[in-house]
Amino acid sequence: MKPEWSQWAKEAKEQFPQANSSLLPLLHRIQQAEGWLSDETIQDVASLLGLTTQYVESVASFYSLFYRDKVGKTVIHVCVGLSCALAGSDHVMEKLEHKLGIHEGQTTPDGQYTLLEAECLAACNLAPVVQRNLRFHGPVDPAELDADAFLAGDGNEVNR
Amino acid sequence: MSQKYYLLRNREIPDIDHISVYLANGGYDALRKAVNEFQPEELVDLVKKSGLRGRGGAGFPTGMKWGFLPNDGRKRYLVVNSDEAEPGTYKDREIIEHNPHQLVEGIIISSYATKAREAYIYCRGEFLFGSEQLKRAVREAYEHGFLGENILGSGFSLDLWVYRGAGAYICGEESALLESLEGKRGNPRLKPPFPAIAGLYGGPTVVNNVETITNVPAIVTYGAEWYTSMGTAKSPGLKIFSVSGRVKRPDNYEIPLATPLRTLIEEYAGGMLPGRQIKAVIPGGSSVPLLNPDKLDTPLDYESVLQAGSMLGSGGCIVLDDHVCIVGATARLVKFYREESCGKCTPCREGTYWMTDVLERMEHGLGTPDDIETLLDVADNIGGKCFCPLGDASLGVLVSAMKYFRDEFEAHVFEHACPMGEKLYDTVNY
Repeated sequence: MKPEWSQWAKEAKEQFPQANSSLLPLLHRIQQAEGWLSDETIQDVASLLGLTTQYVESVASFYSLFYRDKVGKTVIHVCVGLSCALAGSDHVMEKLEHKLGIHEGQTTPDGQYTLLEAECLAACNLAPVVQRNLRFHGPVDPAELDADAFLAGDGNEVNR
Repeated sequence: MSQKYYLLRNREIPDIDHISVYLANGGYDALRKAVNEFQPEELVDLVKKSGLRGRGGAGFPTGMKWGFLPNDGRKRYLVVNSDEAEPGTYKDREIIEHNPHQLVEGIIISSYATKAREAYIYCRGEFLFGSEQLKRAVREAYEHGFLGENILGSGFSLDLWVYRGAGAYICGEESALLESLEGKRGNPRLKPPFPAIAGLYGGPTVVNNVETITNVPAIVTYGAEWYTSMGTAKSPGLKIFSVSGRVKRPDNYEIPLATPLRTLIEEYAGGMLPGRQIKAVIPGGSSVPLLNPDKLDTPLDYESVLQAGSMLGSGGCIVLDDHVCIVGATARLVKFYREESCGKCTPCREGTYWMTDVLERMEHGLGTPDDIETLLDVADNIGGKCFCPLGDASLGVLVSAMKYFRDEFEAHVFEHACPMGEKLYDTVNY
């Protein structure tokens, strides 16, 4: 357990004192710092909030954005919803898989990238849309996509 | 085309997401008017008169929903559903990212009307920028005295929190959203009791969609008559339609209800991509049945779309063209429900798996003649037999697709392959 976590738990409980509402904000904050939620982290969160480990695990495992396995520094979500599929998201995924040498759901051996499918990111006007660490990028032209530049973090982040 | 915007005001006024710009353009005047000129009950009446209906998908009259709160002295809550995740829908995201103050103002007015002392915005976890924008807007509203104690000297006090979800479509279902907000798994609750009676922390709760609440300041400013001057008697007012798929200009369009589907697709969205013919339209998000091109003249209001055989839903309009394999498209949508089923009830958890398996098998040419009946049988065992609406939602497109395009399903089976070449996207050449 990191020393600052008990302070974070206290703040979460102050902000959301009722029921277990402090749990999601605390998990978000710790994951933001640690990158993922290990078994030990789950135990620590449980003891910080006075919950059982099983309960915290049952909640954390329900939500797709809580990573229970170690992820890369950059997590890439490729939206594969219908609107994005109609605009070529499968080709985008394929290109990134080839470039990274991994399949969807995997992390590169050097721990830099994790490639994940996302179910509709509610950005169909940007289809096909990709999120890099939850920041939107799109439309990503499947034919023109320069995977190297994209992975290096070049431009085209959109906030619209 | 130039138009006056009432919801997507960010289209006309750059930087309206900052409170100084919002204030310079009449921002929070509606709140001032609401607390100075209206008693809470009068505001509920105003919204009832406007005929505003829930924009999240169900279309339930908002004023009536507010009226269901029991007068038993318990603490009330307002919860705003910003868990937008219905495939094809992206209207709430534009509001929270680019016009968040109108949402915040709407929340304050709605809380005053419903006498809620606490309000929450449940924002889906994937909207990182959106939640940052909301948090900033809320902070700015506190700094200007629009939130907190004794707002604008009215004696009314309100606290508002932005709560981030963590990736679960089911949390857009109101009772699952409340579970999630209480720090639990997002499993839906048994209804009744409805949230108006026992909602967040067991208290009386109103759950409204982002777009619904964003309408409220405009209705206070311009009046119920202005709102009912648009649309139809039963479906009055403005709606944002999110158009995606094989059109030239996929985007959000704020238009009066009862605008024909053809106008939305051909005039606003610029028509189909060059050389393509329209094959089918999913008019209200992925949960609603397909419409055939012969229904293009349907006015987009709740009643007309229902009569045409579909639902207006969230207004997420996905347009399919003649190059799209209907089996492939259906497989993709049903897979979405498989991924997003919370697993609480068997028909949905198992049924969506089974249907996805069969559809993907068909799409890859491995279907058998029995599979068509299997799909209909599984669908029949999901329809109306699930704990919450997600199971039924997985059937809308599938069942209508098998009705209108049965020959395509059969061709997949008898030709042992996808006649369209297993492609949802076919212009890549590399």
